[in-house]
Amino acid sequence: MRLKALIPFVLFIILIAFLGKGLFLNPREVPSPLVGKPAPNFTAPILGDATKTFSNADMKGKVWMLNIWASWCAACRDEHSLLLEMRKYDLPLYGMAYKDVEQDAIDVLAKMGNPYIVTATDQDGRIGIDYGVYGVPETYLIDQSGIIRYKQIGPITPMDLREKILPLLKELNS
Amino acid sequence: MMKLRYVLLTLVVTFSSLSVATDKPSTAATEVRLKRLSTELRCLVCQNSTLADSDAELAQDLRNEIRTLIDGGKTDEEVVAFLVARYGDFVTFRPPVNANTALLWFGPFIMLFIGALVLILMLKKRSAVLGAEP
Repeated sequence: MRLKALIPFVLFIILIAFLGKGLFLNPREVPSPLVGKPAPNFTAPILGDATKTFSNADMKGKVWMLNIWASWCAACRDEHSLLLEMRKYDLPLYGMAYKDVEQDAIDVLAKMGNPYIVTATDQDGRIGIDYGVYGVPETYLIDQSGIIRYKQIGPITPMDLREKILPLLKELNS
Repeated sequence: MMKLRYVLLTLVVTFSSLSVATDKPSTAATEVRLKRLSTELRCLVCQNSTLADSDAELAQDLRNEIRTLIDGGKTDEEVVAFLVARYGDFVTFRPPVNANTALLWFGPFIMLFIGALVLILMLKKRSAVLGAEP
């Protein structure tokens, strides 16, 4: 009889657990259908030197990271120092200036430091659409065979780096 | 001096609005289909409004992309598939029935069933108690 009286309380706790979980979910983090699929092909002019281009095909056979950012994006400033720090890992980082004014992007990199090996430009946002970008910064970890293994929506936090990106990188390189 | 400032400010405001992405021109038939499609699709920037209602730049880009797809002879299903492939089921306001969304579609019915079961059990018990009384 006493156990039975506990049933509503247990149900209440379960309900609270679900609501609590919902409260801490980030509605902006929409799981990308692109994870596990080949990275969409693109060939884009390089920032500061439009005569040269960068293509995802150039990276075949390597594990690499594509960071889509913009000079007008405040959240991108937040992760900038972390990106600079990430140069110490064996992970080639390439940038994509999304819907940006070229000179503004160049200025930001000159002022804050350039974490990218190469920065491509996506002036009209078409590459962004193919990559399902809806809020910069967004970052993609792409494996040796060109498959997207991880997508970060919003700035990379030190926790994301430590708990998701680095373990995945280790697994891909082994 | 104040006047000059005002004129400059007006100019800046006018020209800065010109640089914002605009909807590209298209035919009436395309617009009708775009209108119908975009009221069924979610704008990912301002998540609770449709692609048709949103003023976000991405929504404008996506509307232009849909116009290009329609003009390229794509069917409505192909246009929706194009967006779902990039942004996931979340872009559709009517999510399809699949393994991921099964709980969403059938959860309420399961709850209703459990509720009905509890109600029936309690009513049975109640009538048994009432029947036992003199």
